[in-house]
Amino acid sequence: MTAPFDLRRPEGGRIDRARAMRFVFDGAGYSGYAGDTLASALLANGVRLVARSFKYHRPRGIATAGAEEPNALVQLRGNARSEPNIRATQVELYDGLVAASQNRWPSLELDLGALNSVFAKLLPAGFYYKTFMWPPGFWHFYERLVRRMAGMGRAADASDPDRYDHRWAHCDVLVVGAGPSGLAAALAAGRAGARVILCDEQAEPGGSLLGSGATLDGAPAMQWAGAVLAELGALPDVTVLPRTTAFGYYDHNALGLVERVADHAAEPLPGQPRQRLWLVRARQVVLATGAIERPLVFRDNDRPGVMLADAARTYLGRYAVACGRRAVLFTNNDHAYDAALALHAGGVDLAAIVDLRAEPGGLRVDAARARGLRVIAGRAVTATHGRSSVTGVDIARLQEGSDLAVLDRESIACDLVLNSGGWTPSVHLFSQSGGRLRYDEATGAFLPGRAVQAVRAAGSCNGAVALKDCLKQGAAAGAAAAGDCGFAAAPPALPAAEPEPESAPMRLLWVVPSDAPVGHKGKHFVDLQNDVTAADLRLAAREGYRSVEHLKRYTTTGMGTDQGKTSNLAALAILAEATGREIPAVGTTTFRPPYTPVAMGALTGRTVGALLDPARWTPIHRWHVRAGAVFENVGQWQRARYYPQAGEDMHRALARELHAARNAVGIFDASTLGKIDVKGPDAARFLDLVYTNSWSKLGIGRCRYGFMLREDGYVFDDGVTTRLADDHFLVSTTTGNAAPVLSWLEDLLQMEWTELKVRLTSVTEEYAVVTLSGPFARRVLTELTADIDLEPKAFPFMSLSHGTVAGIAARVFRVSFTGELSYEVQVKASYGLALWNACMEAGEKYGITPYGTEAMHVLRAEKGYVIVGQETDGTVTPYDLGMGWIVNDNKPDFIGKRGLRRADLQRPDRKQLVGLRLEAGERRKLPEGAHLVADRDAVPPMPMLGHVTSSYWSVALDAPIALAMIKGGRARMGETVYAPLPDRVAAATVVEPCFWDPEGKRLHG
Amino acid sequence: MLLIHCPWCGPREEVEFRCGGQGHIARPADAMDISDAEYARYLFMRTNPKGWHYERWNHVHGCRRWFNALRHTVTHEIRATYRPGEKKPPLPDGTT
Repeated sequence: MTAPFDLRRPEGGRIDRARAMRFVFDGAGYSGYAGDTLASALLANGVRLVARSFKYHRPRGIATAGAEEPNALVQLRGNARSEPNIRATQVELYDGLVAASQNRWPSLELDLGALNSVFAKLLPAGFYYKTFMWPPGFWHFYERLVRRMAGMGRAADASDPDRYDHRWAHCDVLVVGAGPSGLAAALAAGRAGARVILCDEQAEPGGSLLGSGATLDGAPAMQWAGAVLAELGALPDVTVLPRTTAFGYYDHNALGLVERVADHAAEPLPGQPRQRLWLVRARQVVLATGAIERPLVFRDNDRPGVMLADAARTYLGRYAVACGRRAVLFTNNDHAYDAALALHAGGVDLAAIVDLRAEPGGLRVDAARARGLRVIAGRAVTATHGRSSVTGVDIARLQEGSDLAVLDRESIACDLVLNSGGWTPSVHLFSQSGGRLRYDEATGAFLPGRAVQAVRAAGSCNGAVALKDCLKQGAAAGAAAAGDCGFAAAPPALPAAEPEPESAPMRLLWVVPSDAPVGHKGKHFVDLQNDVTAADLRLAAREGYRSVEHLKRYTTTGMGTDQGKTSNLAALAILAEATGREIPAVGTTTFRPPYTPVAMGALTGRTVGALLDPARWTPIHRWHVRAGAVFENVGQWQRARYYPQAGEDMHRALARELHAARNAVGIFDASTLGKIDVKGPDAARFLDLVYTNSWSKLGIGRCRYGFMLREDGYVFDDGVTTRLADDHFLVSTTTGNAAPVLSWLEDLLQMEWTELKVRLTSVTEEYAVVTLSGPFARRVLTELTADIDLEPKAFPFMSLSHGTVAGIAARVFRVSFTGELSYEVQVKASYGLALWNACMEAGEKYGITPYGTEAMHVLRAEKGYVIVGQETDGTVTPYDLGMGWIVNDNKPDFIGKRGLRRADLQRPDRKQLVGLRLEAGERRKLPEGAHLVADRDAVPPMPMLGHVTSSYWSVALDAPIALAMIKGGRARMGETVYAPLPDRVAAATVVEPCFWDPEGKRLHG
Repeated sequence: MLLIHCPWCGPREEVEFRCGGQGHIARPADAMDISDAEYARYLFMRTNPKGWHYERWNHVHGCRRWFNALRHTVTHEIRATYRPGEKKPPLPDGTT
């Protein structure tokens, strides 16, 4: 009596049988070994059914052994570390691993979504474009249902506790893929002395050698791989990165790599990131990314147990796992015979080799026959049987010129169907690099053609088949890449591979016939992940989808997390056939990064939480925090908006702050205003060119308000500029525009007026600015300074004094943005807080009150002072703002002078700045942005007059006020306009845009 | 992710730069004498070639200097970068 056949073979493989790993899948406990993947361990435990398909919820198993896996997507780990849509074929097994299947309810075995299969006829290609478009507006309702039915995994509901790092690296030669070609390339380049990075997506380098059982120089090929890795490891300028996927090839030889540092453990070690994103800038790149076996498209080719031939060989060779007990191989080429022979040697009962070719021949076929294997030529698998696992296949003879295969029918019992449609070189990165692809008729594959960047393809991604050729191409590419970097390089001596038997041509049959026309019985799956069938693609072609890009979006073929790695070629071949074109004429869809999905965490790196965006604090920030200020973000600055006291809401706090600023004294932190130091013999000339008004005659120690325009004549920025010396000015900008203004001025000096001798320095953060504003401002300042004459005659409005304030060297500007008597005291930033505290102390007996940006906005609006970006929107001129006085048209040139003369900017009916007063007794503000019309009873569409730009409750006037931009507004003074609002139509009277002290007595006082 | 040679700093990553659009646009000296249509051409009209393009770049997170570049808008090859005032390089042979 023979021992029962154990799926885990007693010998061989690269697993460590001494280290058992327990794991849980869908709540059931299993055991595997170190070196397993989740997929190999599930297969070893006889778990066949691992997923439900996307659309029809059909039972699915593991179809491949690598990155191309379309079916076996799992929810990995739990809680905050839970990750959806992870390929079981690429998950390294660790002790305690927990995974669950997706897209099924209530369980994998009993999935009610499988009812979709019953109604499959109602779910054709593009079904949601056809079905869910009616009734109009119901998409939102359908979307939720569709999401639940078709949803894959679920995102974790807590934030990721792990850290992700970014790293930048440079190298001479980046080699992607550490299979035989990549190892040979890295060796050639490394020996030449080049700085080399070799990355490979798997835990262990070796690529196909890991599972193929190939020999080199008569010894297992992995011995050679081991020796190469040891040599590379000893070279100081070579970095080998296992578990690292090159996912994107960008411009100028920049590649994105993601290194899975700790994904093979439940949790990263302390201090270890889970993943590390590398951005590598390589002088030369060698792509040795291998090839992916192509499935055949036959009826019901999706049952658990239907698998790529080479995948089964990998599971046996690398993990010592037999994927079944009795197998049928279905092939169109010679190479798959190697897999069949390997499985046969490994103890799997090989029931039959079904070959699409009428007369297969050659050494491999002979070898199979010599071992007594049954080779059935010229036939096809026309059906598979079974539910949660395949139980058998039907085969029949192919008939020349017929869509049906009904002759010589036979059923074969089996629990494993290997299939191979040839190989598809992994040209993803080559294509991303901008390189052209060329179609190779013989292998039915796209191969790298003309390169655009400094890149070479080597090995099976370049169409090589034999191991000997892979090694040779790799070595040559590595040596040439190093040579192009200036290193004297020669391809290294290579070990001898077993002679490769001559291959007979493959037979390209993109859709395998069955006993019924395609689509009438069963399903011929092309894209397993998206449940796209050959019938869907042909239907789409009949519906007029001739472009492969449209076909993709309409049928969803090639979408999803696998991006059609196993399906794209068949899909476009079927489209070519259906539209009567050649495959190259159809072309491929665009390959885009990433090659495999990349976690958002890896892309984001450390820029999360507080590091997402820098916060800028003024030197007085801590005081505002202690005072309980409510902050607002202005750009990156955090500014105090108002200072609520106990029991106060914003409205009350604001009323108190406004009252103090108008009737006593307010104190305001104005440190965030942009400050640019302009120095040089041509400084005044330069300012004459960038401002609308004149600066050459401005006296030293005098301030002037100015507008900067763009060349098109529209307002760009405003602010007060002070002449510090003959050749020295201090320009102030708005808080939000400080950086753009500096860049703009630099642009002009460097590119336009290169002859001007002017230096610009941003000094925004060098100074703290404390504004004292209100009738008692002078009294407070008098208590703090002995050496500044504050008498109005000595220190008039719009001028500067130097001296000490509270013992601190200060520049005091008498300017006002509130309409009250105001002083801006500017000191070195480190003294800002001391100055503030001194002002608070000295001002206590005058009722000094800090006010925030909200009160500042109300104060300036009461005066009709504009805020660039609030009253203006990039289409507003100084004339529109009623500030034509600021434009000195006598200057020979300034930025915007000609732009202002454009006919459209002269129209009298342009939107112009006005004030709005509401009807007496109206307490409700107009909403900012409200549109204004002339006719109270008009119905849409009615002509728009303009819109409200600023709207506040004015404490000083005890009424709401607003500023607005209205067509021909200057000529409408006294007219009534209306704002149609959701709950009412508000009437307002057009008035001058200044509500407070229009004569300016207070600020000149 | 271009690798851009700043004429002052050498090769640096694209993230350090800001593109300033088409280069070598002369600011009309006779602006006040030309028609609105002519001035509009200066203000608004820009080339948008599929191919070689003279453009302005600013090493904004580096030396903050402006410079000119000749870049191919399809391949992103940068044939030359050069300082303001330097003569613009000819277009590569056989292209316009």
